[in-house]
Amino acid sequence: MGNVGAKDVPVLLSPEGLRIDGRRVDELRPIKIQAGALKHADGSAFVEWGANKVMAAVYGPREVHPRHLQQNTKAVIQCKYNMAAFSVDERKRPGLDRRSQEISKVIAEALESVVFVEEFPRTSIDVYIEVLQANAGTRCAGIVAASVALADAGIPMVDLLPAVAVGKAGGALVLDLKKEEDNFGEADLPMALVPQSGRLVLLQMEGHMTPAELSQALDMGVAGCRQIYERMKAALRERYAVEPAAEGSA
Amino acid sequence: MSEEVTAEILTTHILDLASSGKRLDGRGPDDYRPTVVEPGFVATADGSALARIGDTVVVGGIKLEPGKPFPDTPNAGVLTTNAELVPLSSPTFEPGPPQPGAIEVSRVVDRAIRAAETIDLTRLCVTPGEKTWVCYVDLHVIDHGGNLIDTALLAALGALTHATVPAKRFGIAEADYPLEILHYPVECTFVRLGDSIVVDPTFDEERAAQGRLTVATDEAGRVVAMQKGLVGAFSPDDVRTVVDRAFRHGDRLRALARGGGG
Amino acid sequence: MGRGHRPSHRRRGHEGSPSHSFGDRVLVLPGEELPGHGLKPGPGTYRVGGRIYASVLGLLSPRPPLVQVVPLSGRYIPKPRDVVIGTVTDVQGTFWLLDIGAPRWAPLHMTGTPWKIEVGETDRYLRVGESVVVQVENLDPTGRIGVTMNGEGLGKLEGGTIVSLSPARIPRVVGRGGSMIQTIIQRTGAQIAVGQNGRVWVGGSPEAIERVREALRIIAEGAQHRGLTERVDSYLRATASGDEVGPQEPPTETAHRDAPGPTYVSPPPADRDVEPEIEDEEPVDPDLE
Repeated sequence: MGNVGAKDVPVLLSPEGLRIDGRRVDELRPIKIQAGALKHADGSAFVEWGANKVMAAVYGPREVHPRHLQQNTKAVIQCKYNMAAFSVDERKRPGLDRRSQEISKVIAEALESVVFVEEFPRTSIDVYIEVLQANAGTRCAGIVAASVALADAGIPMVDLLPAVAVGKAGGALVLDLKKEEDNFGEADLPMALVPQSGRLVLLQMEGHMTPAELSQALDMGVAGCRQIYERMKAALRERYAVEPAAEGSA
Repeated sequence: MSEEVTAEILTTHILDLASSGKRLDGRGPDDYRPTVVEPGFVATADGSALARIGDTVVVGGIKLEPGKPFPDTPNAGVLTTNAELVPLSSPTFEPGPPQPGAIEVSRVVDRAIRAAETIDLTRLCVTPGEKTWVCYVDLHVIDHGGNLIDTALLAALGALTHATVPAKRFGIAEADYPLEILHYPVECTFVRLGDSIVVDPTFDEERAAQGRLTVATDEAGRVVAMQKGLVGAFSPDDVRTVVDRAFRHGDRLRALARGGGG
Repeated sequence: MGRGHRPSHRRRGHEGSPSHSFGDRVLVLPGEELPGHGLKPGPGTYRVGGRIYASVLGLLSPRPPLVQVVPLSGRYIPKPRDVVIGTVTDVQGTFWLLDIGAPRWAPLHMTGTPWKIEVGETDRYLRVGESVVVQVENLDPTGRIGVTMNGEGLGKLEGGTIVSLSPARIPRVVGRGGSMIQTIIQRTGAQIAVGQNGRVWVGGSPEAIERVREALRIIAEGAQHRGLTERVDSYLRATASGDEVGPQEPPTETAHRDAPGPTYVSPPPADRDVEPEIEDEEPVDPDLE
């Protein structure tokens, strides 16, 4: 949001109501999900979403390191969201920064809200998210990848966790911001939905919206999450395709 | 945390097989696993490639930014290589500051790029003593199935070969132009398994290995870097043989990095 | 979803395991509502209000009065009486810690071995990196996994190799009533110990080990497909060299006089054969009958 008022603000919404990349206001960017993308993790997923490329891996439940983080009645979920140096226009210095640490924390808490952590006391479920190419919405892509990876790792959970951002760009509410809309738009509202319960387990907001807009944005985000949920399920079904029973019986 | 202790039975089995010229995955001592280089994997980088050797995957990205030359080399550009062995890629990696293993990969890859004069650093200089291009080679290991060094340099070379200098974006020239590549180094890594020395070790073979030897060669027939690693020893004759074998693999690997594809 | 709203979840792996009569091969995903009319939530499921949902990715497996989901992936979840293969990761004065591929390391106490060990002598019997066949004895609510090496077929492994598979594939490796594993043993002459945790020890000639390894690879990659026994059998027939004689020597020896006998582990009897997807020989689809 930092560049509002900058000189070369692009036209974010055409008179016809189309966005900078030709999408309608409630249209998602193309999304491709591969479950089980890595060989050495307990579970993994690769998400290409618009111009984002995000890999997630899950290790565990396993012994907790460092030991003092161990909890006697449940598993601890340790999440590390990390951006590759080359994932953004200006090279990012490798290593943890405050933004990555905050995102790691809210993602870990969102995931813990759906994982049956009490099933694995004194263990750790480690979730690693690597952003290889970023174009707005990496935390949502990260949550989508991480929750598909958790399911791939056989971890018991209430539901998968679709996520998407709704924003305000060119005066209109738009679903799934891309970079220019994020940089020059008026608001950004990422959220993650538990489809089974209809509740949100990640919610952040930055910018300006009226309460009425916010209310509408929440509906738009939930509808977007439900679309993404279908893609997530399709990716897992593809990975674990079961041969139809009829073939074997014929 | 090295949670994954390799069963001694497995390392012993690997050594037994090696004594009869065999390997766990059916390869011969001089066979690489299937190797692929995909250039242009990351659109936000000035050059990029994903390199895959067997189930080891490294993504390399190049970033070129204006900066100041070092005082002792006012006419030369700056080249920095950094490998990240992120914990996503292996159950044996921990989060936190770079481990010695990551630093070794960075430095061995950096040495090959630098010693082969892969890029002419003086061509990166914009204003002597004041302004030059800084070329960052960032290597992100995303799946660790052994032989990180060869995979990382392939990713680096694939990325450099397809890199563009963003001169227009930084207002240094009218147009962007391709990064000029003078030489094409590749590294071949071997491990000792008993009396046998095999190329392109898997993760389990590295755990069983009694010494590792990496040889970097370029297209001009030069040996440009070497690194002996792990606990173990090689005779001078072992080294000579390994160098010959590295040259035999070199051209094929170079072609993959330059042309991409499989 | 706040803590107070969290549905309670049925733990996996702590139920009795009566044998299956069928498998209907329906893949379900976490959060998917299951047809549970008149049924109770079993392992791999949870209930909210009157509805039952899957909590893990797996195969739906109604076992009235329960509806349950058998996981297709994930780490090994220990069950009492499971025979597993572990590797020593740490040695303490009175016990060893074993990596059995479970969420936690399993302590093997020195009294759980047939050896007469003095305190502090544990490392003379088993060192880090050595492997053993043990049986899960008990699980406590803190997740501690008690194992023992006292029992028939349990002990230290020597020689051969270990092949690791997803624990979800083990029922296929064993086959209905042990049919698959017996086929492999008969056609290769190898000795095999199957751990329910997805680790398979294989001993015998290098050729036999390689053929078993390939057979296991076929099973690992084709576990959700039918006709697996025939495929494995035809691979083993095609590579037969005529020297298949069945297990010869006991596969293990140990360095200690009072060590247990051979660690050949028989395939679990049919009634311990817990997973539903073992349907090669008699594909049964209730809808088609």
